[in-house]
Amino acid sequence: MTLAALRDVAVDYPRRGRALGPFSLEIAEGEITALVGASGCGKSTALRLLAGLETPTTGEAARDLRRGETSVVFQAPTLAPWLSAQANVALPLALAGLDAATTGARAAEALARVGLDGAQTARPAQLSGGMAMRVSLARALVTRPRLLLLDEPFAALDEIIRRDLADDVLRLWAASRPAIVFVTHSVEEAVYMASRVVVMTRGPGRLAADIPVEGPLPRPPGFRATAGFRSVVETVSAALARGLSA
Amino acid sequence: MRRAAERLAPYLLIALLLAAWELACRALAVPAYFLPPPSAVAASLVADAPSLLASAWNTLSMALLALAVASVLAQAAALGAGLSPIVERALRPLAVIAQVTPVVAIAPLVLIWAGIDHPQRAIVALAAVVAFFPIYSGAVTGLKAADPDLERLFDLYGAGRVQRLFRLRLPSAVPQLLEGHKVAAGLAVIGAVVAEFVAGSGGAQGLAWRILEAGNRLQTARMFAALVTLGLLGAALHALLERIERAGLKWWSGR
Repeated sequence: MTLAALRDVAVDYPRRGRALGPFSLEIAEGEITALVGASGCGKSTALRLLAGLETPTTGEAARDLRRGETSVVFQAPTLAPWLSAQANVALPLALAGLDAATTGARAAEALARVGLDGAQTARPAQLSGGMAMRVSLARALVTRPRLLLLDEPFAALDEIIRRDLADDVLRLWAASRPAIVFVTHSVEEAVYMASRVVVMTRGPGRLAADIPVEGPLPRPPGFRATAGFRSVVETVSAALARGLSA
Repeated sequence: MRRAAERLAPYLLIALLLAAWELACRALAVPAYFLPPPSAVAASLVADAPSLLASAWNTLSMALLALAVASVLAQAAALGAGLSPIVERALRPLAVIAQVTPVVAIAPLVLIWAGIDHPQRAIVALAAVVAFFPIYSGAVTGLKAADPDLERLFDLYGAGRVQRLFRLRLPSAVPQLLEGHKVAAGLAVIGAVVAEFVAGSGGAQGLAWRILEAGNRLQTARMFAALVTLGLLGAALHALLERIERAGLKWWSGR
């Protein structure tokens, strides 16, 4: 079933001109889609359209989602510095008007799921970059979303933490199977995490290629070393290169 | 060694300047009504300590009361501005006029309104006018300084105006609010002193009145003593507000 769809959308900004499109993308339930493309090709714009945070200048952005069923994780953890980790995670529930006992319990549970059960009272400033990103992930998951949008969520972290977080996201995905759309600059990360890699041309971005990725999700150990993984990485890299020259 | 020297440097400079002042007064036989030596100022500080302290408390209490009044009014206005861009636009010129009009120019008018028998009311009102702007502008800037991605999350979760104000914008504004109050406290003392000067009667018992009174009697050492007290008062208030700001920021960011 299609959760969200962009149909021939284009986005024009007053001074900068066209940022995206025409571009089409359908997101099915439970699917993990990676969006890759050069900087400024409109990947984040496409993500905001899917989130319903922006409306297209032309074309249609359709969403079969109710309020609270979409969550977004940004490149920075985007936590409120004055709130504890648990209160940050509880924020979406509190805004939805749930009572304090429910929000507290669900936030604590979400923190435990990302491996931060000891950090409920910690403030964002007391957390490492990786831990803060996990809190941000817990906040996105606490509403039990059907569509989870990740905008270059690990870009600011080092390689080891990135890989850990990629596995964490896949493990969390397996528990409730929301549709995930994530933007990344890393072809390997895209192929490792996604069941489908959508390659965009340089800006204003159009579709360059839509490449399926075979293999079980979450990924088994050693997946990065398999011939299948390497071959899809090559295919995506080639499509990206064609998209840049298109 | 170097750090000790850096710490002592300002005190050393003050001591040197005072010594030079003292020596110059004695060597040149400067009349005491024109420029009393620091020793005479010190003697006056000791002799007049009770009245100076009472006056300092008088000025300080007026300034603090004015700060409290300005804080409530400025934050209420900023909240209104935060809830509605129309309110913000409407308030902007008034806030700027209140800021750029010299307090000394409106003091006589406020004194008439407060009534000749109630100079304290006029002093508090004038000091509050001066203290209003830094708190208001800090609050308005702070209310707009929320992380744009957090704003997007609030959009995503369908937050209402009031939720956005109290759960996002107001807490985001805490650093600017603390800074605004620190600046406003210093200005409130200046405002109170200026208003006391304009009131210029025995009805106002603050430090400015001590300076005027001593000046009228050509007791220049007492004028200096009152000035020193005023300087110390300002410095102490600034140090206190700085501590409050630091503690507030620590509480806010948890660091």
